[in-house]
Amino acid sequence: MTFRLHLAFSAACFLLLLALCDAGHAQESPYIVTYDHYLEEPGNLEVEYFSTFGTQRGGNDFHAFWAEFEYGATAWWTTELYLDGQTTFQDSTVFTGLRFENRIRPLKREHFINPVLYFEYERKSGADKILKEVEGHDVELDFLVPNAEARKEHNHELEFKLILSSTVKGWNFAENIIASKNLSNNPWEFGYALGASRPLALKASAKRCSFCRENFIAGVEMFGGLGDRHSFGLSNTSHYVAPVVDWNLPSGWTLRLSPGFGLNNNSHAFLLRWSVSREITGFGAAVNRLFRGHQ
Amino acid sequence: MKEFVIVLTIVGVLLGPSHILGQSEKPVAPNYKADALVYTELAKVPDKAKAKRNPMENDLNAVAAGQNLFEQHCVECHGSGGQGTKKAPGLRVEEVQNAPPGAIFWILTNGVVRRGMPVWSKLPEPQRWQLVSFIKSLGTSPKTTEKMLD
Repeated sequence: MTFRLHLAFSAACFLLLLALCDAGHAQESPYIVTYDHYLEEPGNLEVEYFSTFGTQRGGNDFHAFWAEFEYGATAWWTTELYLDGQTTFQDSTVFTGLRFENRIRPLKREHFINPVLYFEYERKSGADKILKEVEGHDVELDFLVPNAEARKEHNHELEFKLILSSTVKGWNFAENIIASKNLSNNPWEFGYALGASRPLALKASAKRCSFCRENFIAGVEMFGGLGDRHSFGLSNTSHYVAPVVDWNLPSGWTLRLSPGFGLNNNSHAFLLRWSVSREITGFGAAVNRLFRGHQ
Repeated sequence: MKEFVIVLTIVGVLLGPSHILGQSEKPVAPNYKADALVYTELAKVPDKAKAKRNPMENDLNAVAAGQNLFEQHCVECHGSGGQGTKKAPGLRVEEVQNAPPGAIFWILTNGVVRRGMPVWSKLPEPQRWQLVSFIKSLGTSPKTTEKMLD
């Protein structure tokens, strides 16, 4: 059953991507963990598939994956749904939960530092391994629990982020401050993510091309935990640094690749992430037509 | 099993509407009344920003590159020839064509977020100037201007 679930989940995501034929070209950020201040264009839906392969000392390596549906409700509000799963090699494949996220841009204009407010509800099991963020005292040892046992633990969490981001001379610098609260009686946990990136060329070419330098954005991100309310700091926390590169194809597809490296003994030694995404323009208008019969 | 059903249901719900997107959009008459309000945003641009010169004005490729960028990022809302759609105003009107390049650049950079125009500072500065070059090359459409005056 678990293998079939994995297969069905991956196939469904892939079929969904293939079915989305009216694609728009997006200039996507290369980050996988860090958020910058750019929101989804209003009415557009971006469908993304992410994979994370992670090494595990003292246990089995894993492949975690998630699908992300990101919709631009307005020019100042983006809402997202995530569906997560993972395969632990020589163990099993499990669905690990869902997340519902909202990002709101409070300021009307562009400033040197642009804040965005982030709110997320997570319903996930203890087997969650997507490492979409690292917070509190999340360490590699947590992932040693076998799936059959870990999936019995159900967590309901609220997560808040303050996203600060600047773009200067083609460079983007983003800082995320994370606070999360497990709705059971656990303390607030904290984390951070930092990112810097730049397109390989700032000017666009006169001809449409796939391999032009401006279609590639390269950068680096760093993320980790900052303990919890009772033990704030770097003690017993994990941290990662990850170069990132993304390729925005004129056909509307975006590919990302990011090898990540653990910075201390509490971190997974190596993470390899990749993603494929496609932006669909006019999704909101299509849904309108579906329910109203006209536009 | 429960999770399996949830996943397929959510994917199915999203898949259905996505098929509709394959159908071509019917041309929509521009909403001129709303446009008039949007064009006032150009007047609010700070003088310092208006005074900026387009560093790409002597670049022979700027219009072609700007057209590429326009097709990728702007056509969805402003229409293929910049004539405007129900979602966003036309750009081939005097308000836009007579506006200083710096004012159009400022609007691209800052968006008109409360009226649905996103911030485009994620495009590097040279690309925004290339877009300005293309928008200015569109010229005014007599038909559009006449309708505006009606």
